[in-house]
Amino acid sequence: MSTTLLPDHETTEVLDRTVVTRPSLRDTLDQSLAMAWRALKKMRRNPEQWFDVTLQPLLFTAMFAYIFGGAISGSVEDYLPIVITGILAQTALTACMATGIQLREDMDKGVFDRFKSLPIARIAPLVGPALADLIRYATAATLTILTGLLMGYRPGGGVPGVVAGWLLTVVAGWSLAWIFTYFGTRARSAQAVQGISMMVMFPLTFLSNAFVPAETLPGWLEAFVKVNPVSLVISAVRDLMNDGALTANVGWALLGCGIVVAIFLPLSVRSYSRKM
Amino acid sequence: MTHVPDTDLAVAASGLVKTFADFRAVDGIDLEVRRGEVFGVLGPNGAGKTTTLKMLATLLPLDGGEASIFGVDVRRNPHMIRQLVGVTGQYASVDENLTGYENLWLFGRLQGLRSAKAKSTADDLLERFGLTEARDKQISAFSGGMRRRLDLAASLISQPPLIFLDEPTTGLDPRTRGQMWETIRDLIREGSTVLLTTQYLDEADQLADRIAVIDRGIKVAEGTPDELKSSVGSSTLQLRMSDPAETAGAEDVVRRVLGEEPVLTPEAGGLNAALTDANRAADVLIALRQAGLSIASATVQKPTLDEVFMAITGHGAEDETHQPEMEVAR
Ligand SMILES: Nc1ncnc2c1ncn2[C@@H]1O[C@H](COP(=O)(O)OP(=O)(O)O)[C@@H](O)[C@H]1O
Ligand SMILES: [Mg+2]
Repeated sequence: MSTTLLPDHETTEVLDRTVVTRPSLRDTLDQSLAMAWRALKKMRRNPEQWFDVTLQPLLFTAMFAYIFGGAISGSVEDYLPIVITGILAQTALTACMATGIQLREDMDKGVFDRFKSLPIARIAPLVGPALADLIRYATAATLTILTGLLMGYRPGGGVPGVVAGWLLTVVAGWSLAWIFTYFGTRARSAQAVQGISMMVMFPLTFLSNAFVPAETLPGWLEAFVKVNPVSLVISAVRDLMNDGALTANVGWALLGCGIVVAIFLPLSVRSYSRKM
Repeated sequence: MTHVPDTDLAVAASGLVKTFADFRAVDGIDLEVRRGEVFGVLGPNGAGKTTTLKMLATLLPLDGGEASIFGVDVRRNPHMIRQLVGVTGQYASVDENLTGYENLWLFGRLQGLRSAKAKSTADDLLERFGLTEARDKQISAFSGGMRRRLDLAASLISQPPLIFLDEPTTGLDPRTRGQMWETIRDLIREGSTVLLTTQYLDEADQLADRIAVIDRGIKVAEGTPDELKSSVGSSTLQLRMSDPAETAGAEDVVRRVLGEEPVLTPEAGGLNAALTDANRAADVLIALRQAGLSIASATVQKPTLDEVFMAITGHGAEDETHQPEMEVAR
């Protein structure tokens, strides 16, 4: 784990100035929040950054429901509980992919030279945007659910189930985003991040139970689909929203998210620090 | 609490090396910058100036050599170095998406100022750098000179004891360049230690107390501007004859007295001659009088840094320099 997170920091006197050998936990938090503020300003001033979390949920929900509804579940209404939860996961994933691409674009800008030259925790420039992007995941999840409700989706879990499913989607989006953040710190260009992310994202979403029940797939495919972390999240969200049940699936999904963060957050910080 | 003993050296670096693939961009440079002085690193485009500065500012790892700033080791304590050095990069490192004020506020917050203090510091700096009008404009609406000034302001937020200025006027038009010089002179008057890089010989001459000349990753000379100029030896005697027809006669006299071949200048009746000793100028003038040749003007000039540069590196600094108008900032 990165030493930047350690709270203990020593002070030293240089030329009658007190300097610290590393940022304290408190400083790290303040700096991350300042970086989140910057990311929010940037979002406000670049409205095109909102397309993937506003238009996409609307379009995809309607399109998938009307095209596949009859074929897969017999009717659009019967398909809604499956497709809404599937699209929730898909839009959250697309939104986290954008997190990585935007980080890469941002890092190529001159201002990142200044961030690197300032005495700030190396983790702050990564955590800041990640915090701000919570708003994007929340927007995507809210719009998807609202579209579904308008189309006749009646979640069996009621309000508590829907809120819990919404929360899990946001948490999952935030966690999985660290995979793409890592790509962002490693790749040579924003295009490269886009390419790698697509290659990762397509199998993750389409080779999952997002749009079709896993049981309908050939055995070898079903095996992959069942261990795909995206499937775990989707099953958990379905249990919460459609059945109002706090099942083991929810535990597995949270554990999966935790593992992803535990691996990719330190990797990202290390790779970002090395870039200098 | 430990205490780093005071040292007279703001920067002490020896044998700095940076390699990109097989290419040694910085190839064993030693630098010593004293507290309170303005030290210029002078060299043509691609000499390794930015790379050297980036290593000292912890933006690039050292591939070889040692460096410390106010006695703090650059390799071992990068976080401490970042609290001691304000960096103004060659390319303005401010945020395009934010306004001038927001940029300074953010950098203040990141360096631990409370919100109110960050606000007042930002406004003070905007005023000091003549950017108050542009306070709420996004950086994309800033001119090249305004960006540079904002960038310089940003590196002063924490009042660092050492300031790095990487090619502060490259790409600026001559007028803006003059304004930037004034701004830098103000900084210097306040007693900051400044390490500045430049490809402009006149800039180093104007601003720096001492200069290191680097070329292709190697330090080729070091000294005060005057020392460098006198190290190439001679001054130049510049003569202008009243009657251009007497130029040939004057050439003969100069050749006879100095034993050197004078050089004709483009203007009518003008000729220059190298002097090993400035006092020999008097001998030439007396000989001209005795020969009945009349001069319109005579001056003795120390060599310019351009000539110094040419003499030291064997090639001119002209190739990439002295065309600031050509590369107007984005
Ligand atoms: N990141 C890099 N990768 C490869 N080569 C580089 C890199 N940065 C600089 N160089 C090369 O190193 C040399 C010195 O560059 P630089 O320090 O920017 O010169 P200066 O600032 O004196 O103009 C140049 O030839 C440049 O092309
Ligand atoms: Mg440079």
